Amino acid sequence: MLLVSLGIGIVAVLASALLGPKRRGSRTKLMAYESGNDPEGGVGTGQRFPVHFYLVAMLFIIFDIETAFFYPLAVAYQKLIPFAFFEAITFVGLLLVGYVYILKKRVLEWN
Amino acid sequence: MPDWLATLLISLLKAVLVVLGLLTTFAYMTLVERRLLGRMQLRPGPNRVGPMGLLQPAADAIKSIFKEDLNVTLADKLVYTLAPIVAIGMALTAFGGLPAGPAGSLFGENPWVYNLDAGILALLALTSMGVYGIFLGGWASGSKYPILGGLRSSAQMISYELGMGLSILGLLMLVGTTSFHSIVGWQATNGWLILFQALGFALFLISSFAETNRTPFDLPEAEQEIVAGYLTEYSAIKWALFQMAEYVNMITASAVMATLFFGGWKGPQFLNGLIPGISDWPLIWLILKIAFFLFLFIWVRATLPRLRYDQLMRFGWKLVLPLALANTIMTAAVLAFSGPFGLWKPGNPWVMGLLSLAALLALLLMSDRVRTLWNQPTVRREGEVRLGGGD
Repeated sequence: MLLVSLGIGIVAVLASALLGPKRRGSRTKLMAYESGNDPEGGVGTGQRFPVHFYLVAMLFIIFDIETAFFYPLAVAYQKLIPFAFFEAITFVGLLLVGYVYILKKRVLEWN
Repeated sequence: MPDWLATLLISLLKAVLVVLGLLTTFAYMTLVERRLLGRMQLRPGPNRVGPMGLLQPAADAIKSIFKEDLNVTLADKLVYTLAPIVAIGMALTAFGGLPAGPAGSLFGENPWVYNLDAGILALLALTSMGVYGIFLGGWASGSKYPILGGLRSSAQMISYELGMGLSILGLLMLVGTTSFHSIVGWQATNGWLILFQALGFALFLISSFAETNRTPFDLPEAEQEIVAGYLTEYSAIKWALFQMAEYVNMITASAVMATLFFGGWKGPQFLNGLIPGISDWPLIWLILKIAFFLFLFIWVRATLPRLRYDQLMRFGWKLVLPLALANTIMTAAVLAFSGPFGLWKPGNPWVMGLLSLAALLALLLMSDRVRTLWNQPTVRREGEVRLGGGD
């Protein structure tokens, strides 16, 4: 399935490369888009972006691991009742402490 | 012909069929979307190319293949070309695991390409691989708007992926399996899961809108704000591949919602009383449900304005995530305190269904209040230490 789907993509790109018009673009045509101005800076020339994205990615890793721990628990839950319930509560409680800390630190405020 | 070769050929054939089917659906989906948007805005939509505009998708496809394929000077050639291929590959692969009928109902073969016991996990993994395609595409373009769009997109998608993963935990607790087959089977005996998990479904729906970058969460490609986001530097077929990936993701999300919450390929069981066997008609029910959700996607697009970026992130992290956790705990509590295996005592599931529905209703009733709460501009006091800047 993966092979076929990737194959479709490759075939499409190849077909377009073969069938499309092959002109050498002028310098201005191949310039990066910047609302009609000459582009300033570019990739790797010290372009900065907000640290928020980094924080969100970190939080995602933490909470996604939480989710990963939760899946086996959820699937086996009915066999582990009622002990599993208190386990789950404890685990979520610990994570909630971290979550509240994040909220208080205003990590999730974008301004 | 040896046995393994036959199996391989058959699954290859099925994969090709699924891919072609999805691509056709994508093509006509664009047409249907444009016509429906037209209807909703009291105008006809495309109706010139072929009868009722039916040849419009073909014209679009041919055009995008014959267009000039630009390679921008600053772009990283390899990644720039690979990104759309990754995006479309992952989007198409994710669909193959969904069952479209009982075993052996497709001319004696199984109506799915691959069947995993951890089907939901595989699906979540594949959809998160789609983030790579979009972000790498944005990065490799070597220009500012694509990078902004790519960053926004990846942050948004990973945030809502959490909501997505957590909102189905309650469902998994009820069902006790992650394979799509068992979930469909469970719903055939016990009733559709939306009855027990109304809140979970609402959260899943919101998350899947955000996952597929559709309005009201389509900030990564907000034309009026950052040109076309990660698509800015793409032309011809690569652009079309990204669009394709988005629409295929929509179709997959609809199919997943239908499978998880609306009984999958089985129709409502009570209809069996009227016409025996009607709820087992292959494919028809699944296609109907997918069509309904696709219509919902278009309808919402024509109705709701876009969120601002900070609103979007706040919505994801402060509303969807805690509510999904609350839903999980609520389900766990009801399961734990209605006795051992309490669910299968007659009447008991309704406790959970009612609780879930009540929570959803409370949320809807409070939504105005919640909105004012969430939309309050961040107050900046003098001398307060702030983290970083915004975008």
